Amino acid sequence: MRFTINGQSYQADVDIRTSLLDLCREHLGLTGSKKGCDHGQCGACTMLVNGRRVNGCLTLAVMHQDDEIVTIEGLGSPESLHPMQAAFVRHDGYQCGYCTPGQICSAVGMLDEVKKGWPSHVSDDLSDPTFDDGEISERMSGNLCRCSAYPNIVDAIREVAAASGDAKTAPTSREPAEAGA
Amino acid sequence: MKTFTYEKATTVDEAVRDIDRAGAKFIAGGTNLLDLMKLQVETPDKLVDISRLPLGEIEEREDGGLTIGALVPNADLAADPRVIAKYPVLSRALLAGASGQLRNKATTGGNLLQRTRCYYFYDTAMPCNKREPGAGCSAIGGFNRILAVLGTSENCIATHPGDMPVAMRALDATIVTLKADGDKRRISIHDFYRLPGDRPDLETVLEPGELITHVELPAPPEGRQVYRKVRDRASYAFALVSVAGVVKVADGKIASAALAFGGLGSMPWRDGAVEAALVGQAPSDAAFAAAADALLADAKGYGSNDFKIPLARRVLIATLRELTGE
Repeated sequence: MRFTINGQSYQADVDIRTSLLDLCREHLGLTGSKKGCDHGQCGACTMLVNGRRVNGCLTLAVMHQDDEIVTIEGLGSPESLHPMQAAFVRHDGYQCGYCTPGQICSAVGMLDEVKKGWPSHVSDDLSDPTFDDGEISERMSGNLCRCSAYPNIVDAIREVAAASGDAKTAPTSREPAEAGA
Repeated sequence: MKTFTYEKATTVDEAVRDIDRAGAKFIAGGTNLLDLMKLQVETPDKLVDISRLPLGEIEEREDGGLTIGALVPNADLAADPRVIAKYPVLSRALLAGASGQLRNKATTGGNLLQRTRCYYFYDTAMPCNKREPGAGCSAIGGFNRILAVLGTSENCIATHPGDMPVAMRALDATIVTLKADGDKRRISIHDFYRLPGDRPDLETVLEPGELITHVELPAPPEGRQVYRKVRDRASYAFALVSVAGVVKVADGKIASAALAFGGLGSMPWRDGAVEAALVGQAPSDAAFAAAADALLADAKGYGSNDFKIPLARRVLIATLRELTGE
């Protein structure tokens, strides 16, 4: 089987049952994507397939031989971090770090969805969703963090969204009510 | 996971030809099938990969409706501007289900065929009539908090887990299929699902090897559309109770109503008696209570899911207030 992962070509002779996640971790040495639940519930295996975030554990490698796959290793490098990676470092968006590669891949895919104008469950207007912390939480609900670093994860994502300069990811400012008002 | 042979279909005709024996299954998004294969609840000996067939388009029809390809991902269907404009209840139902990652993979056809999340169906160490007819039901008398109160049988009380099919029942969708012999058929979603009876393993009227190719929505119904879902967490959880509602009010009276329910039934639930209790009535809590009485007349709790009956009543009344309010 042939694969294109992080812009590189790979060839691997793997069992037909091999998930895309196990292909990366067990056969190609790409251990950045993590196995948490192996059932699509935790999101630790999140990677980008043709630019869309998916659970690597819930799909077969054999089905993705013609696809462009990007894992956490393809987003950035220690010398040149992806903006989302840098923001997670800056905001301390983790404790143990196990869910982090999935959180970062998911956040990158999620912001692309927002830029395409895709609504979410919490969008008041399906055809013109605004972007705020509630939207980040809802759209990231497929990624669990058992250390519960969620506040810092949301801070990191909000910063990258604002810095992208795209009107659709410009955070909606919600002014706190004035004291005594 | 049990091993299997794998074939990738390049045309729809080839796909139905490749399903040449019992034990062969189609795979598209795979998010539910592979989950079940890992637990050996599903053990197909052959997978026919249909994920690259040209069934990924949404097209407008002359009658004002939409034809949705079976491979349109849930995420794309929910975000389609035509769906948002004409069928917001469908968009809302899709967005209330699963996670962003799963909605990117899960397909329209696959979602219709999603299996129950009954704990005992998933646990191969426990008897389950849906996995193995005649083995017995562990859920009756067991942990059944998430299970059904409508349409159950003495053999199975599993709940259909879907959100999308609930909206599609309220919208009177039609499911278009292709059989191995080349015959196409169109099945109303109201005739698509089967009650468990004594064969809870048979969940739809699809024949072995029959492929869902499209879902057709008729022209959008008049009136307001709402999808309300009540669940244990605010996101990424199955429904305890959900309601897809389309209601039109004219001259102070309910002119038409379509109401379908998730989390309650052995299949996505719709009962004409609920709508009959509403049409012609002025919106009022008394009329809404009569609709809830009609919905729940035959409801049967099994202990830990008893709470769903009063919950369904309150969710229906709240949804009707929203559908008919100022």
